[in-house]
Amino acid sequence: MTINRNLGLGLAFVALALLYALPALAPRAVVQDLFGILTLLVLAMNWNMLAGFAGLVSVGQQAFVGIGAYAMFAAIILLGLDPLVGVLIGGVAAAVFAVPMAFFAFRLNGAYFAIGTWVVADIARLGISQWKALGGGTGTSLPKGTAKEMAFVDQIKAMLDVSSAAAADALTYWLMLSLAVAMLVASYVFLRSRMGLGLQAIRDNENAARSVGVDPVRLKALVFLLCAFGTGLCGALAFIQITRVTPDAAFSVIDWTAFVIFITVIGGIGTLPGPIIGVVVFYALQRLLADYGTIYLIVLGCLGIAVMLFARRGLWGMFTDRTGIDLLPLGHRPPQGGRVTSPTRRTA
Amino acid sequence: MMLIDTLAQGLLLGGLYALFAAGLSLVFGIMRLVNLAHGDLIILGAYLILTLATVTGLHPFVAVVLAAPLMFGLGWLLQTHLLNRVLGEDILPPLLVTFGLSVVIQNGLLSAFTADSRKLTAGPIEAASVDLGIVTLGVMPVLTFASAVAVVFALNRLFYRTALGRAFRATSDDQTTAQLMGIEPKRIFAMATGIALVVATIAALFLGTRANFDPSIGPARLLYAFEAVIIGGLGSLWGTLAGGIVIGMAQAVGASINPEWQILSGHIAFVIVLLLKPRGLFPRAND
Repeated sequence: MTINRNLGLGLAFVALALLYALPALAPRAVVQDLFGILTLLVLAMNWNMLAGFAGLVSVGQQAFVGIGAYAMFAAIILLGLDPLVGVLIGGVAAAVFAVPMAFFAFRLNGAYFAIGTWVVADIARLGISQWKALGGGTGTSLPKGTAKEMAFVDQIKAMLDVSSAAAADALTYWLMLSLAVAMLVASYVFLRSRMGLGLQAIRDNENAARSVGVDPVRLKALVFLLCAFGTGLCGALAFIQITRVTPDAAFSVIDWTAFVIFITVIGGIGTLPGPIIGVVVFYALQRLLADYGTIYLIVLGCLGIAVMLFARRGLWGMFTDRTGIDLLPLGHRPPQGGRVTSPTRRTA
Repeated sequence: MMLIDTLAQGLLLGGLYALFAAGLSLVFGIMRLVNLAHGDLIILGAYLILTLATVTGLHPFVAVVLAAPLMFGLGWLLQTHLLNRVLGEDILPPLLVTFGLSVVIQNGLLSAFTADSRKLTAGPIEAASVDLGIVTLGVMPVLTFASAVAVVFALNRLFYRTALGRAFRATSDDQTTAQLMGIEPKRIFAMATGIALVVATIAALFLGTRANFDPSIGPARLLYAFEAVIIGGLGSLWGTLAGGIVIGMAQAVGASINPEWQILSGHIAFVIVLLLKPRGLFPRAND
């Protein structure tokens, strides 16, 4: 089993190295395609953290994508900052917005939390439509050549010997890839930590968790804010590529939340590799059924329903159950027998 | 004068939202199921009425009588074969299944009927109005509101005055004990979802005759409906009617100031009510 695990991790590192080298090896269209996949992956990992580990089923993730994108546009157009600074501002803006959103939505229990977050996201969409400096309801575009003038683009251009546009693509791609890797590592470290243990304890039995000193509201609010930050960064970065923003596109519930939910559910909600498997399946389906219009959405919906009926931990959960291989195990070994352990106080 | 007119229109609009919400409220009250596909099921109902009216040449008001039993059957089947299997302690599976259902219905309608806007034509009654001296009201909006009141009244009678209603309440209060008394919760749930979809069909009739509809508008209706349910207080049907009226009036007032603020005002009213009264105006259930 450990041999399998080491083999798996080794393969994962080789794949990661290949992914980083990709802009030097593959044509620009492939880089752009992968950028799209990575965007969905980062969003899915954030949603998985919320719904799969913190028990917060949010249908309002599009609020953070939209606010991240609009804050980035505002930083470039209104303040004249570098797009990369804009992306950072986008993440911060989303996290700031998450504070009042959490204050409101956390009053709603379970399923009603989903509706509450959805309504808040719609309020954000309608509110931003009133922002005339950024085009109101019709939206606005980045000034021509913004991406090419980003910091580091010239160096990448010289290094890879490509056009400025391709260098800008490579830069945003590397940033998104790094964001995905950072999300994965951060999630793993967080979930293996004391706080992560508390979080999973709350998910499994809130009363029992409280009785050993875990504060559910504080922990959940922390995860909500961090995921808003991650989602905002991802949204801002995605819209550097798209170069045009409208309220309907930036706050689209289908593009930024529905897809993400299906990806996570099909891959395996509440497992770390789940979103990665899910995004591969999603992309394959999209490619396979591209010629049949909306059919792939119907297939996606049916797949999501089937997973919930027959295999609640998704494809990755099924794989782990069958083979016993778990690349990123989150469980802790029970205390060693024989030694008497005093009950530890957990104040996560 | 303008204000009275605006408020009257808002009140009547609230009737439509209460119709959207009544089915949701019933299902939530009985089995704590949050159905994210409810908006799309209403739109499905509207297309069903449209198809029946086109094929048979019947008036939409007659076609709805044919559509209602079909929708009841659909609700029964959905509950028996899909939703009953995912109901339980964990709220995630029912949420995700109904979310999947929503996407499937939306895109199914899109493939079958295209994205073109459609409308149910009810004839001269659409333009008819009554002059009450202070305000002039359209006959259709008044009819919508009257139907909402009638539906809520009928559901309440059903809930509190019939054997089925007693079974509904018993199952809602304590499933295990209800089972001991010979009630089969799964059948009761199927019945409830069937009835909820009959109410959705009535809502679809008024939605379709009032304005254009297309396959994509379900989720927005779902949001208004949920806002009405939550404002009213979970599990209270009259509360749901009141919640619908709050949303309707807020939207009407917002729209009279600036048409772009219509939806936004409804959402903001929802947020304000919830901040002041976290459990809604007339809470019955405890969760």
